[in-house]
Amino acid sequence: MAVLEALAEAVIAGNAPQAKTLTEQALAEGIDPGRVISDGLVLGMAEVGERFKRNDYYIPEVLLAARAMKTSLGLLQPLLGASSFEPVGTIVVGTVKGDLHDIGKNLVAMMLEGASFKVVDLGVDVSPEQFIAAVQEHKAQLIGLSALLTTTMVNMRGTIQAIEAAGLRDRVRVLVGGAPVTQRWADEIGADGFAADAASGVDVARQLLATLPGPVAA
Amino acid sequence: MASKMVKETGRGESFLAALRAGPLLVGDGAMGTMLDEALGGTGSHTAQKIDYVVPEQLNELAPDRVLAVHRAYVTAGARMIETNSFGGNAVKLAAAGLEDDWSPNESAARLARRAAVEAGHRVWVAGSIGPTGAFLEPLGDLPFGTARGAFGVQASALAAGGADLLLVETMTDLEEARAAVLGARDTTSLPLLVTLTFEPHGRTIMGVSPEDAIAALSDLGVVAVGANCGQGPEAMLPILQRLHAARPEMPLVAQPNAGQPRLDGSRVVYDVGPRDLASVAASYAAAGVRLFGSCCGSTPAHTAALAAVFYSAPAR
Repeated sequence: MAVLEALAEAVIAGNAPQAKTLTEQALAEGIDPGRVISDGLVLGMAEVGERFKRNDYYIPEVLLAARAMKTSLGLLQPLLGASSFEPVGTIVVGTVKGDLHDIGKNLVAMMLEGASFKVVDLGVDVSPEQFIAAVQEHKAQLIGLSALLTTTMVNMRGTIQAIEAAGLRDRVRVLVGGAPVTQRWADEIGADGFAADAASGVDVARQLLATLPGPVAA
Repeated sequence: MASKMVKETGRGESFLAALRAGPLLVGDGAMGTMLDEALGGTGSHTAQKIDYVVPEQLNELAPDRVLAVHRAYVTAGARMIETNSFGGNAVKLAAAGLEDDWSPNESAARLARRAAVEAGHRVWVAGSIGPTGAFLEPLGDLPFGTARGAFGVQASALAAGGADLLLVETMTDLEEARAAVLGARDTTSLPLLVTLTFEPHGRTIMGVSPEDAIAALSDLGVVAVGANCGQGPEAMLPILQRLHAARPEMPLVAQPNAGQPRLDGSRVVYDVGPRDLASVAASYAAAGVRLFGSCCGSTPAHTAALAAVFYSAPAR
């Protein structure tokens, strides 16, 4: 499907006007909106993720690609109810209590959206209670915790402990990331997964999703 | 642009002389982690828990704590101490409603100045200027002019409080670093030093290479360039060597992290101790480093270890 290949290329190139034009063309050709997402946007963002992982792409290129993706998604989302499209899973993301940094979290949210996850972004300075409420409200399978400060990383552990206390621990998977975060840190605090960058975060989210039986019941 | 011309310390020229020709300058270490510990730690609750949104508020809410950290680094032998003003630009201060407030930065510089003058040896006060946390246009929503103006106001307040020089640090975007340099130059005549945070792969998260950085910053008249945060001392060395190879005559600044944080029971500890930090001293000096401090997780013990290497005689 030439138009969807071209759409993927437009996303990779970060060309938002081109992405808009090609999305309109795809819809005019009668292509299912869900298919435009999977074969155009998801494919394009997957390549962006690969380039980011191998340090060919940096944040500017990823942001421009995400902008192109969102432009296209803006045209497609109103039409999705009528199509067969289903998100692959739901993830709640946020930067932990006391921490106001959001660049990493925003990148991961963009990459996850580009991989067909439903993303509930709670923003920054998020308390354990807020994470738990969002998991219950949205029946999320995954929680992504971000911290940039060495002084707020400890709040990741507090959040995981609160999830245990709420009786939710076996029904969600927790992945963590952020500049000072390491695999060892993730293991020490009882997280289920760690990702060193936003693109790897998508891979880890998919892997963890596969270890769960189904959506969380309220 | 500046709304007033401030009275500066006038020590800029002698700082430059010390930077270029004196013994290597040992800088201080982390402020955030030291303050956090002094206040009982983020995750703990103490009777003295102070409510704050941004750390710069502590210059007025807990000045004795901030002063104590400065004094500890001075006692350990630091020849340069940084003000507690890292996030003191209007964009970040807005989170606490302080975007129009002169005092977080001015009081930061006053506290450092107080610790500096008490010392038995010469201590330079560096006004710390960190990033806005926002993306500049066209990638993001922050106009270049707004960033430049915010950095200009911050620089002015730091100069008014007694900074001898300005250290623009933890930069990842070259345009933002340029906004900080131009903004500071709009309002002050203090020497300008700039450090960026590089990833292990050798560029910043925004894709800036050491060579790009030092070329652009040299052209802007910055007096020293370097790296801070992101990496421990060994991992940072190749970056410094690349900077040195690109511009051999430019004095370099290095402030690596004390390694990676990990949990020891319920305490957070860092895996590069004072001795490990001091072990890179010779290679850093050979790579052109003229100002050597430390970043996340470091303590006065790290500073003392560096001072022991570079100042074998008692400080004069």
